[in-house]
Amino acid sequence: MDWGTLQKVLGGVNKQSTSIGKIWLTVLFIFRIMILVVAAESVWGDEQQDFVCNTLQPGCKNVCYDHFFPISHIRLWALQLIFVSTPALLVAMHVAYRRHEKKRQFRHGEKIDIEELKKEKFHIRGPLWWTYASSLFFRIIFEAVFMYVFYYMYDGYQMPRLMKCSAWPCPNIVDCFVSRPTEKTTFTIFMLAVSGICIVLNLAELCYLVLKACMKEPRKTT
Amino acid sequence: MSWGFLRDLLSGVNKYSTGIGRIWVAVVFVFRLLVYVAAAENIWKYEHDEFECNIKQPGCENVCFDHFFPVSHIRLWALQLIIVSTPSLLVVFHVAYRENRDKHHNQKLYRNPREIDGGLLCTYLISLILKTGFEIVFLVLFYKLYNGFKIPHLVKCDIRPCPSTVDCYISKPTEKMIFLYFLVATSCLCIILNISELSYLIFKYSIKCYLKRYMKKQQ
Repeated sequence: MDWGTLQKVLGGVNKQSTSIGKIWLTVLFIFRIMILVVAAESVWGDEQQDFVCNTLQPGCKNVCYDHFFPISHIRLWALQLIFVSTPALLVAMHVAYRRHEKKRQFRHGEKIDIEELKKEKFHIRGPLWWTYASSLFFRIIFEAVFMYVFYYMYDGYQMPRLMKCSAWPCPNIVDCFVSRPTEKTTFTIFMLAVSGICIVLNLAELCYLVLKACMKEPRKTT
Repeated sequence: MSWGFLRDLLSGVNKYSTGIGRIWVAVVFVFRLLVYVAAAENIWKYEHDEFECNIKQPGCENVCFDHFFPVSHIRLWALQLIIVSTPSLLVVFHVAYRENRDKHHNQKLYRNPREIDGGLLCTYLISLILKTGFEIVFLVLFYKLYNGFKIPHLVKCDIRPCPSTVDCYISKPTEKMIFLYFLVATSCLCIILNISELSYLIFKYSIKCYLKRYMKKQQ
């Protein structure tokens, strides 16, 4: 049980997505989840072991580490990925519900679009359009919120090499050194850039959906 | 043999669930199991190594750690996930039993072995009550074992062989607390979902019963 299960679920959503949605899913899997698992986890793996403070006072390192890293970058990214993927589940549930309804109608002998049922793809119309649009909206909100939380918690996106700590039981202002600060900064900026790209993709998809819906409306009225 | 087994089990349960039941499965997968495996496990990975006491006396750290963490949070979390998912097995077994009976007698004893009615309804309701009960038990256990859901960064320990009252420092207390609150929030959400599903099923079948009786009276 790991990201593979999420991949399976989201893979199902892939069929119902627009082209931009498919690009978003690819970016999510390759540039975020895979990078997180393959690279970022190793970079942050030894973060507390190699966090060194210039003091022999027992407990000072623990307290300083906790003070500067209330929640680790890697955990925040994992949570961000989980929250950002969740709205897609709404779409998956809606599609499953529609499929169930269509099958029920078919069993009761009503006329339905067999081609649509066979292809297992539903056009994004009506209530499904609203579910899809809401999922896009929530995705954008979650991405933005997490980016802000990162910025607020870590005073920007750079990892400093040295932090000064005077929390008790440290006897005075003690120098604490973070492990691999440059590598961590690189990955932080990378993940930030990819989040930005995902926000742009989601916005583009939302605009596309709205435009498509607006263009259909005048055609209906004429 | 790992969490994949639980995942497969819950996927199986998904087929026989109501709509709210499916939401419950999704919440358990995404917000509990996935968060556990992807994030929480690593926070508690080196908890014993990083637990530090302000003393050089050998054995003091071990004894103090054991005193303050009889069962680690992360193990309790894992137990909770397993035990809370298990009542759904009752429903799976009952459906399998029904389908087996149909096969054995070579005739359709049930209109639809997977439809939630009669005996299967009772089993389903019992599984919901058990799930809710286990969730509440674990939440109370967490609360009682650790005096609330807070994790202090410093604990004072004076158990032998520690020579006096010694300061011991817990690693990553803030991060652990954040995830503990997350655990509590998702447990509460699951309890609410279970209670809603229970109410929905009881309401639906009471109405069904009442209508049946009403139709009988009319005839």
